[in-house]
Amino acid sequence: MSEENKKLLTVSASPHRRTQDTTTGIMLDVIIALVPALVLSVVLFGFRSLAVIAVSVVSCVVFEYICRKVMKRNNTLGDLSAIVTGILLAFNLPSSMPLWMVVIGDAVAIIVVKQFFGGIGQNFVNPALVGRIVLMMSFPTYTNSFPTPFAWRIEELDAVTSATPLAQFAGNYSIDSALSVMNSAELPSLAQMFFGIRGGCLGETCAAALIVGGLYLIVRKVITPTIPLFYVGTVAVAMLIAGSGNISFVAYQLLSGGLLLGAIFMATDYTTSPLGFKGKVIFAVGCGIITSLIRIFGSLPEGVSFSIILMNILVPHIESLTSSKPFGTVKEKKSKKEEVA
Amino acid sequence: MHSSQIIKPVKKVKGGVMVPHSKNTKDMPVNRLPAPELVCLPMSQHIGAPCQPVVKVGDTVKVGQLIGDSDKYISAPIHASVSGKVTAIKEMRTATGLVSQAVFIENDGEMAEYEDLKAPKIDTREEFIKAVRDSGLVGLGGAGFPTHVKLNFKPDAGIDTLIINAAECEPYITVDYRECVDNSWHVFNGIHLVKDMLGFKKVIIAVEDNKPEAIKILERIAEKDDEKNEIKLMPLKSKYPQGAEKMMVLSATGRKVPPGKLPADVGCVVMNVASAAFIARYVRKGRPLVSRSLTVDGSAVANPQNVRVPIGTEIEYIIQSCGGYKEDPVKIVTGGPMMGAAIVDTAHPILKSNNAILVLGKDDISVKRETDCIRCGRCKKACPLNLMPTVIERYARSRDVAALQHFGTMVCMECGSCAYSCPAGRPLVQYMRNAKAIIREEAQK
Repeated sequence: MSEENKKLLTVSASPHRRTQDTTTGIMLDVIIALVPALVLSVVLFGFRSLAVIAVSVVSCVVFEYICRKVMKRNNTLGDLSAIVTGILLAFNLPSSMPLWMVVIGDAVAIIVVKQFFGGIGQNFVNPALVGRIVLMMSFPTYTNSFPTPFAWRIEELDAVTSATPLAQFAGNYSIDSALSVMNSAELPSLAQMFFGIRGGCLGETCAAALIVGGLYLIVRKVITPTIPLFYVGTVAVAMLIAGSGNISFVAYQLLSGGLLLGAIFMATDYTTSPLGFKGKVIFAVGCGIITSLIRIFGSLPEGVSFSIILMNILVPHIESLTSSKPFGTVKEKKSKKEEVA
Repeated sequence: MHSSQIIKPVKKVKGGVMVPHSKNTKDMPVNRLPAPELVCLPMSQHIGAPCQPVVKVGDTVKVGQLIGDSDKYISAPIHASVSGKVTAIKEMRTATGLVSQAVFIENDGEMAEYEDLKAPKIDTREEFIKAVRDSGLVGLGGAGFPTHVKLNFKPDAGIDTLIINAAECEPYITVDYRECVDNSWHVFNGIHLVKDMLGFKKVIIAVEDNKPEAIKILERIAEKDDEKNEIKLMPLKSKYPQGAEKMMVLSATGRKVPPGKLPADVGCVVMNVASAAFIARYVRKGRPLVSRSLTVDGSAVANPQNVRVPIGTEIEYIIQSCGGYKEDPVKIVTGGPMMGAAIVDTAHPILKSNNAILVLGKDDISVKRETDCIRCGRCKKACPLNLMPTVIERYARSRDVAALQHFGTMVCMECGSCAYSCPAGRPLVQYMRNAKAIIREEAQK
């Protein structure tokens, strides 16, 4: 070999070109997509919501760092997934949540659900949702009292709480009583619902901001629209039936609770959703059905977290049902016919 | 003006990736390099049985003289690429790691042609196939499968379509494009020859739409023929790997080659455009495959260009003839960046099947650290053969042969679309090869 070529050459399996996309880039896109909802949460519920988000993000990052250190594995903070989990868990909590409780939720999400199972890509359920469910079970009083939007500007934070539209619907699963709830003056208008001027978890209320974030993710090709559309679509159909065709009842249902946050940001989590289109459809429709059943018949006002977790658990089975056939595979029935012929 | 000669793909290829084309050398006609002082001709330059040397050390050989042959069916003879003296016959390791016998010939500078070369007699189908075998031709597109084997199907085998592959979907490589532009007459003759000798009713020339000039020329070729209306041109969307055999068959006919089968099983023969042009040249003069065109490119080589060199020329010699190194090369690849092999050393000879040397500098290479799979599904989406690389990778780890077979591991053609698109930088092609090796190992037990 010649003089100027003394350095050893790199040898590796093909291909020798790679896309510029990275895991970090994908997570960064998710964070960017969450920013509109984050800003709106501060506008609606004040700086207390920023405090919840900050505490959640910081503790997720710290827990992830400690976990990896203790387990003697490489540091994975650089992939930013802990930050995403932190923001999502905070989004699923009311802004009045005591901060030490938030830390407990983060510990469950990162340590138990994510790192015990091997870290990014290995958890079989969504960490943020399990964190939220544990908090719901442990501290129901705190997770179910929601500050009124803009109350932070005028009064003491925890002085004013309001019932969410879903709580008002809950238990009223005969259509007449649901309609009477809708006619009551307490319920926010649909426009208010769309822009998030209602009680609820700090990140879930503003539909407009969540949809903007979702569109960003679709444009950036981080997610496909399959899961959000089929999830929301299934709930819409179920509610159309439950509400005997009342369109504004359907609209209230779609805009309330954590449906949009769940459908756009939680159910689309790569690790806990199927790979293929068919699998995604089954997964999303399943989420929609369970959500609707809990909302209509359950004693809980909201079912998004539970339905996504339940479908997460089914993902391996959905995958094996819908695994794609290799190119050119002859369908079995057909080949039998050919043999006969 | 749209002529009836242009057809649309019957079916679109699913998956694939948009790789930057980097066809930097497309405007550079092929430059014939002076022959080197020494050539090294490995006896295994093709898929199939290696050849045995038919010359001895000390023999004097001339260009085109047979130096290696095999009595096995799947094989292709090897000819001297320079005139001179056989200085050694010994085992050596080729750039891809195979150990093979090789004949070393010291060039006497005469480049004298072997006297017995003459245009072959090709009146019948059998004579034509024999001529193709004698020419030493193997697929020039990169795979190196002996062409005479591919063409030697029974007339009643139901094979009706000849697909001429001018897609050249690998980045950088432009030699097939140059063949279309510079040797269009040979391409035209070669296509007709194969078509008429083997009785194809339909010929489809496939080319990617990033080569408008080639499309124009090939369209004229298709028009020229056509009172019978049998030759068609099919422009394809530029997307890797449109040029893969199974993808070509799908685009041209809508047929899917089943797992473990060949295009011939669905009535198609796919042939590289440069191979067709070579056949046209061979039947005129009888000069076997002794040289070939290569694209030399990459940010670490001083003068990227297309060159024609005797087969067996040392890679280092070619790089030096292209101005040497502009910067320290990080990786040197024979073939395209998607499927080519990274080589350890430039002291290896060029083989019949090599279509490029890429001298990649630090700007060409993005070394990615492998991180955990996040199950984003991009590998599945990118796979043109509908496989799930990340799932196969996991089953390979647990050596679950039944599952590996169920998920179609052996169907993988190692095009690299999955690994290209993986955001976690996982070497998925390597994992797929590993999975295949596991299946083979278990089968041997």
